[in-house]
Amino acid sequence: MGVHRCRKCAAQSVIYMPQHRLALCAEHFLAWVEKSTLDFIAKHHMFEPLDRVLVAVSGGKDSLSLWRILLKSGFQADGLYIDLGIDAGGAYSKRSGEYVRKFWRTFAPESQLHVLDLASLYGKTVPEMAGRRAGGRKKLCSICGLVKRHEMNRVARELGYQVMVTGHNLDDEAAVLFGNTLRWDVEYLLRQAPVLPAEESGLAGKAKPLARFYERETAAYAIVSNIDYIEDECPFSKGATSLRHKEVLNSMENGSPGTKLQFYHSFLRARKKGIFPGYERPVLQACPKCAQATGIPGLCAFCRLTTDAEKSIGEEIL
Amino acid sequence: MVKVHFRGSEIETPGKMTVRELMKSLGLNPQSVLAVVDGNLVSNETRLSDQGEIKLISVISGG
Ligand code: SF4
Ligand SMILES: [Zn+2]
Ligand SMILES: [Zn+2]
Repeated sequence: MGVHRCRKCAAQSVIYMPQHRLALCAEHFLAWVEKSTLDFIAKHHMFEPLDRVLVAVSGGKDSLSLWRILLKSGFQADGLYIDLGIDAGGAYSKRSGEYVRKFWRTFAPESQLHVLDLASLYGKTVPEMAGRRAGGRKKLCSICGLVKRHEMNRVARELGYQVMVTGHNLDDEAAVLFGNTLRWDVEYLLRQAPVLPAEESGLAGKAKPLARFYERETAAYAIVSNIDYIEDECPFSKGATSLRHKEVLNSMENGSPGTKLQFYHSFLRARKKGIFPGYERPVLQACPKCAQATGIPGLCAFCRLTTDAEKSIGEEIL
Repeated sequence: MVKVHFRGSEIETPGKMTVRELMKSLGLNPQSVLAVVDGNLVSNETRLSDQGEIKLISVISGG
């Protein structure tokens, strides 16, 4: 196979995307990603040009690329970094926060960066909340996810953002979809969408503007944009099921380009048509302490976690 | 020889191949890595120059 030329200008390409049969040079690749993101935001009615958008940034390639794209496109987008207090011998959270701050100084000096330090707010880091002996990585990650969701929601609502966006890419979404499908977890399947509108029950609107890009493309966008991001993974992600699912999907993709794209898009179409008719979402109620929506009566899982700090909470709740 | 940087380690490998061939020879899925030469992203069809250096970046994030 010869070197692909950019489809727009015939210069030497920096990336070839077999699923689109599209090769682009650096300049046209950036333009393509930005335009596609705007189209995706409009198509799914994620937010409007004048909305205030809160970007959940982790220091990784996806969320920083997303912030960059939104700012370049003229959106009023501020950042939220949650310091989870993950160290595991490599100062992971501390280093991630440094990448976020560096990005902010370089690319977003006019925007706000909200930094939320769990240890100083709640007296405990995520690993401490999960308890030292209690239950291993899986439980740690579910507590981590719970805390992140709750805090993003809280900050978005308290500070009056119309929508909260995350950097999830198509590989993330396809891996989750793959897992949910293997278990035929209908409740999760029905909830998986690139956009979830704000509900009265105390949840902010949520959107995933990069959910149409392969992970390879969001990484390429960061590299071509000279965004410095944390390349290594959270030490607790080792052995995660989602990583195995990604590997499986990527080996299928390698044999037939477009597999992941089709898997995810066909699902979205089916979902729109109403797969699983007759299935009703559980009724949500407001947590008496934090007012966020919860499916269980009484305190929500987050409030139980942070109120009852002494107990090794995860067990009953998750 | 081509010097390959990947996940904090260095590997030397005979040159005269494309980036894609290099990825395959290292057992990497071309879907999950990108190649950077002199700070610039290069496509998988790029032919490596002997005595060059290349950095491979894993694009898969988990959790
Ligand atoms: S892998 Fe790390 S960041 Fe991701 S959910 Fe688990 S603990 Fe949290
Ligand atoms: Zn071009
Ligand atoms: Zn609560």
